[in-house]
Amino acid sequence: MIKVFLPYKTRKIFNLPVEVDAEGNNLRNLIEFLDKKYPGLKQELVDEDKLIPTISAVIDGRTTKLGLIQKLDNVSEIHFLPSIAGG
Amino acid sequence: MVSKSKKSDYKVIGTRPIRHDGYDKVTGRAQYGADIKLPGMIYGAVLRSPHAHAKIKKIDISVAEKMKGVFAVMTAKDLPRLSDKQRGNSEESGSEKHLSENVMAMDKVLYKGHVVAAISAKDVNTAREAVKKIVVDYEVLKPVINVDQAMKKGAPILHEDFVGDHLGKKVKNTNVATFNKYTTGNTDEGFRKAHLIIEKEVELQTVHQGYIEPHNGTAIWDEDDRVKIWTSTQGSFANRDSVSKVLNLDVSRVKVTPLEIGGGFGGKIPVYLEPIAAVLSKKSRRPVQLVMSRTDVFDASGPAPGGKVIVKIGVDKDGKMLAGYADIRLEAGGYPEAFIEAAAKCVFSCYDIPAMEIEAYDVLVNKPSSAPYRAPGSPQVAFATETVVDEICRKLNMDLIDFRLLNVAEKGTRTALGPKYRKIGLKQVLEAAKKSDHWQSNLEKNPKSGKLRGRGIASGYWFNIGEKSAVNLSLNMDGTVILTEGSTDIGGSRASIAMQAAEVLGVKAESVRPSVVDTDSIGHTDVTGGSRTTYATGYAAYKAAHMLIDEITNKAAKIWDLSEDEIIYSDGVISSKTDSELRMTLREFADKNPFGPVVSSASVDLEEAAGGFGTHIVDLEIDPETGKTDVIRYTVLQDVGKAIHPAYVEGQLQGGATQGIGWALNEEYFMSDQGTMLNSSYLDYRMPIALDLPMIETILVEVPSEDHPFGVRGVGETPICPPVPAISNAVNDAIGSRILSTPIKASKILNKLKSM
Repeated sequence: MIKVFLPYKTRKIFNLPVEVDAEGNNLRNLIEFLDKKYPGLKQELVDEDKLIPTISAVIDGRTTKLGLIQKLDNVSEIHFLPSIAGG
Repeated sequence: MVSKSKKSDYKVIGTRPIRHDGYDKVTGRAQYGADIKLPGMIYGAVLRSPHAHAKIKKIDISVAEKMKGVFAVMTAKDLPRLSDKQRGNSEESGSEKHLSENVMAMDKVLYKGHVVAAISAKDVNTAREAVKKIVVDYEVLKPVINVDQAMKKGAPILHEDFVGDHLGKKVKNTNVATFNKYTTGNTDEGFRKAHLIIEKEVELQTVHQGYIEPHNGTAIWDEDDRVKIWTSTQGSFANRDSVSKVLNLDVSRVKVTPLEIGGGFGGKIPVYLEPIAAVLSKKSRRPVQLVMSRTDVFDASGPAPGGKVIVKIGVDKDGKMLAGYADIRLEAGGYPEAFIEAAAKCVFSCYDIPAMEIEAYDVLVNKPSSAPYRAPGSPQVAFATETVVDEICRKLNMDLIDFRLLNVAEKGTRTALGPKYRKIGLKQVLEAAKKSDHWQSNLEKNPKSGKLRGRGIASGYWFNIGEKSAVNLSLNMDGTVILTEGSTDIGGSRASIAMQAAEVLGVKAESVRPSVVDTDSIGHTDVTGGSRTTYATGYAAYKAAHMLIDEITNKAAKIWDLSEDEIIYSDGVISSKTDSELRMTLREFADKNPFGPVVSSASVDLEEAAGGFGTHIVDLEIDPETGKTDVIRYTVLQDVGKAIHPAYVEGQLQGGATQGIGWALNEEYFMSDQGTMLNSSYLDYRMPIALDLPMIETILVEVPSEDHPFGVRGVGETPICPPVPAISNAVNDAIGSRILSTPIKASKILNKLKSM
């Protein structure tokens, strides 16, 4: 199982703890897993079969550039975070 | 300046060659945006709102458009109405609608200086005179100019049609565009167990990046609906994207040529004039150029957000941090984006705290829409956190560096937003600070002059985005290499990128000639921002250089009728593994190669790299008669990963510190109650000049990044994070009392001294 950390507002909407367990061989399947467990959660993360532009997925400390097709081999934790602009 | 670079086998990296564009810059031959002159070009001027908050009831252009010499008049009716669709996920944030409305107001002006109309004419003076003939009927509304006013119940609302996002709830009639929260660990328990809890609130005024070159834009809208733009931008592709969005064109119909840039610091990521120049060009059937005045730049380009930050930290009796809480309220200006996520990421970034809670508010106010400014959001929160840290040390009577080392963030530390750090170098920076000559020196606190002296220290952090970059290489017949890239060169990145290619190729830095080219001539390259350019575009150059070597060995093998694996390429010399007679320099190869051009092209799309940490030490002296503060010694220490060109790294550290010193002591948007900036010139907006500062000492600490083949970390933004708290802490050390609002100017110090 992979530890998943969702944005605070998503946790609030679905009344979830700081971390939840999920599984999936790629990010798409992991989100599907979460959506089955917590119906409606997918729409907080995915739009038009892509991660929402304002959401980043950080997989074991590294932000994926592959989006939903990112494979999840030997992954221990995933953070879904608001994307951050810089200067 | 002191460099503590470790010795290595590098031949080019770590050296200090003259920058490739140096001669053009010092002789004045370099072309900036306003230098462009095109055949038949005419000039534009814009009409700006005199009000900070008003509805546009009617615009009468009838007199202006009939004036002699006027070619075209434009209002927002000439722009397509765009949707609320959100843009991108890195530098280009916000909705398409707001992007367009910030270029030219549709129904409402949201800050003084907001553009409401534009004119093209045969010359600048005619355009300016014609603009005065446009009559706008406004319904003037009460402005809100700070977070307290904007968040007050019953406050005037900037966007009646806007829906705020408050922890997922859709909220109408609010000036809080976004309210977000981040939690990790159990803060209630942490604070309950704490031996000491310190809480401080700081307030920051709006400040500007202060780049020397004003915004500009030159455009031709061709008869076949292709738009060509020449401009000063931190990212030609981002500029192309924004222009195409505002004009509702495919990106392929827009070509952006970036000119030399006279500073940006984040402020030249947004577009302001380019879409206007394009529409005026279409209507005038001529190339059109617009250039901002300095007052326009202050009034209507994006400054750094002001706001308020509260930080509370609880520690045990030994000084170990147990819990942290932050409340961050930053001004977005007229449209959303106050960099609150970045601020949340940075607020506790220097420390290992088991429980953290952060609440962050993106607040709309009637000021120009905020733009990135060097580590956006980080200096604001560093002011609060490092003030609290300083106060804890004083209460516990702990050494200011030992306390930081006790709580230092390291590889594996969980950050406030959740993910754990990869390899970072704050501990090494603090250890170097402790050993530094500055920290080891004694400061005479009571000199004979009667002035008051104090020393302050503070740390700060900025991350290092990756994103997309492309580089092309081409071998000339004389053995030199042409490098083309899409990264605007603000701080010497042509040199730092060329040096990485030169290192791989085993040639001198001067043998690689870099050029920054237009959007039709290179692969997509993201902005020069987020401390990414030497890291990401440098990585692309590294890859392209290896690919060029593959090309060279492939063709050399054909010349000698050998297989490729029998060829050795080393230090610019090609030789055979099996026949010592077969040997040629790169120049000889380039000259005799009959097998066509030797070229390579590489691109990267990198994830964020582990960021950079800095610690600054400052000594200052305060005149108790006048309240004037003089910085008398200043040292910047920073983990720079690997300094490709140490002189430019040192320059970044000195520049960032200088801007931070200005932010701390002098700079502010001095606003009237009606939302007008009253000091919109460099005469009244006082930035530090060379005479105000001592030589800023730099100590480069090199903890190589794991994410780059040469260990590069971004260095440009971190140095603006520690100065405000370092100076504030030094002022407290000098006068025995804290001033927790910027700027810490003479009048505030005098008032504080009188009240003590």
